[in-house]
Amino acid sequence: MILITGGRVLDPASGTDAISDVLIDGNRIARVGPGISAPDAEVLNASGSIVAPGFIDLHCHLREPGQEISETIETGTRAAVAGGFTAVCCMPNTQPVNDNAAVTRSIVDRAATAAHARVWPIGAASVGSKGEALAEIAGMQDAGIVAVSDDGRPIATAKLMRQVMEYCGSLGLPVIDHCEDHSLAAGGVMREGPRSIRLGLKGIPAASESICVGRDVEIAALTGARLHIAHFSTRASLDYVRTAKAKGLAVTCEVTPHHFTLIDEDVVYDTTYKMNPPLASRHDRDALLEGLADGTVDAIATDHAPHHPASKDVEFDRAPFGVTGFETAIALALSELVHTKRISLMRLVELFTAGPGRVLGIERKLAAKSPADITIFSPEHKWTFRAADSASRSRNTPFDGRDFRGAPTATIVAGRIVYRRPAAAATA
Amino acid sequence: MNEVRLSTTPVLQRPRHLLGIEPLTAEQITFILDQAKPFQEFQRHPLKKLATLRGKTVALAFFEPSTRTRISFATAAARLGADTMNLQAESSSLKKGESLIDTVWTLEAMRPDGIVIRHSASGAPEFIARRLEIPVLNAGDGTHEHPTQALLDALTIRDRKGRLEGLNVTILGDILHSRVARSNIHLLSRFGARLTLCGPAMWIPKELECLAPNIRRVSRIEEAMQDADVVMVLRVQSERINEPPISMDDYILRYQLNSDRLRGAKPNAIVLHPGPIIRGLEIDPAVADGPQSCILEQVTNGLAVRMALLFHLVSDAPPDAPHPAKESSA
Repeated sequence: MILITGGRVLDPASGTDAISDVLIDGNRIARVGPGISAPDAEVLNASGSIVAPGFIDLHCHLREPGQEISETIETGTRAAVAGGFTAVCCMPNTQPVNDNAAVTRSIVDRAATAAHARVWPIGAASVGSKGEALAEIAGMQDAGIVAVSDDGRPIATAKLMRQVMEYCGSLGLPVIDHCEDHSLAAGGVMREGPRSIRLGLKGIPAASESICVGRDVEIAALTGARLHIAHFSTRASLDYVRTAKAKGLAVTCEVTPHHFTLIDEDVVYDTTYKMNPPLASRHDRDALLEGLADGTVDAIATDHAPHHPASKDVEFDRAPFGVTGFETAIALALSELVHTKRISLMRLVELFTAGPGRVLGIERKLAAKSPADITIFSPEHKWTFRAADSASRSRNTPFDGRDFRGAPTATIVAGRIVYRRPAAAATA
Repeated sequence: MNEVRLSTTPVLQRPRHLLGIEPLTAEQITFILDQAKPFQEFQRHPLKKLATLRGKTVALAFFEPSTRTRISFATAAARLGADTMNLQAESSSLKKGESLIDTVWTLEAMRPDGIVIRHSASGAPEFIARRLEIPVLNAGDGTHEHPTQALLDALTIRDRKGRLEGLNVTILGDILHSRVARSNIHLLSRFGARLTLCGPAMWIPKELECLAPNIRRVSRIEEAMQDADVVMVLRVQSERINEPPISMDDYILRYQLNSDRLRGAKPNAIVLHPGPIIRGLEIDPAVADGPQSCILEQVTNGLAVRMALLFHLVSDAPPDAPHPAKESSA
């Protein structure tokens, strides 16, 4: 048994916000309430910290199978729990692509022995994510996928999108789309604007994203199926989602910490600033902040995209897209959203728990009998992020050396403490 | 961290690199042009060889095909007495999959005293400058900058016009994809030039106005010519990838600089072109060979500017040493 004492329990599912104890028995929560006495339990002092349901990351790349030089299920989930995540959804663009039940099973089996967090695979929508034939979606569902996506690229055509959504609607699986009109974006390496002009880097216009969001929202209306917009970055995309929600469509969306923190003007000739979608204009970034504050945005997702250092230590044009994100997500959300008074701590917890849970149809709450997945974090702990110390196999982050206020303190998955912040843990 | 920008270096202290015009101040640019002046005279000397950089080696790393810039740098180095190491994309191990940084480290291991780099990726010179101890000179990177071209253009303009300050400069062509245009915009705007950018609309996007104050975009060449002191014609680059090509007949119809159109500029306006020119496309032969054309002067001035930069960045001479060309030419 584990007894978490003296923390501030925040649970968006029930609206709880109180200093309380949490008792864990086995892999379930036994009791939540003040002054719990459990003499045999291991005590985890959480005073000064927030005790929240386990954080869920809807969007990451664990690179296994096939790209273990960049990340593995073991190293990726070690970084995830160090970042406070108890469950991560890994995208299917592995080698081979997770487009069939055998690959899904290999990921699930590997996770069962090696993972520190729960691993919820996302299956490819089309065979090889090539945008032609539908993948073995029902087979993958039986093997354990929680959603489908051709992430890294959009679901290629409106016609395929319609078929995927109709089919997944009947299976009860959300469809996640990486929205990008390839004919507009091709060859681009950063967001088109004054900065791309100055640096002489080929631009990706903002419209290349929102054109595809608009298409997808139309198809969500046509099919009535569940659509989730991945890592959107522009005001126009937000407007599409907002309108869709107002119409009652089953449309949700996520934003990443790097997109709400950085803007295109921050880009220098440093490939840690190269990701897709690219960093947006200030005007578009401000829209993300609005959407996070007003409830339009459902989830914060990391899009943790590790790349081996040698592959990023090249000319900007030649580098792969992507940044790591597990270990800086909570700190960035606290720094950019909570400490700046844009959102409350409760809303922050919602964006990492109930929000992504709703997208997947999975409930996570701090109540008796619920799975004991718990994230404990300090909103005040001061620290400096060092990419060299990361649990990830990769180092491609623009936040190396950044000073933060707020950090995960401990992470509990299925009743096991899988991460504890070293030394200064739990100090405010 | 090594400081890689020239901008924080006081004028008379030797800077480490030349990565672009954008980090330079007007004073630094003037200093380089003044240093180039005696080297201009020197090109007419019967014995074109100095001992200034004797024993020094300059690596010429051209990762993108180039004839005139490479020969200009090689000649400038030779006339200063330096030896050169040549790397050309076609013959290098880049074809075998070697990364840029490995290629550059291999060159560095041969102990050159400076490296001149031309690369198709914007930012490649800065990328290597961050990792090398020796001076890096940008000979053109992607669609970012071509600083020595802008400096030789400025030297040409200053010779013909007597000044850089307050001129009306019109740049014609594919500004969006032109590193020559970017470097010239940065340079001329330091001296208060009024810049007119003219070309098909997709080649002169609005964001270009953010590069400097006093930029206007014009889609009619007749309007762009009005009151121009200097007309810069850019080569129409047909090798652009990912872009639907425009009709060349249309381009000639609307944007070719011919004698009629040039008459719309000031009577003593000069015409510049970074080369290579494509006669009959962006420029009419009568203009290219006419009295207002400075195209061949630009080539000669390129040697002077590159000698000044190599002298300035690669030699061990103290900053206040006598100018080598003044010293030798009797």
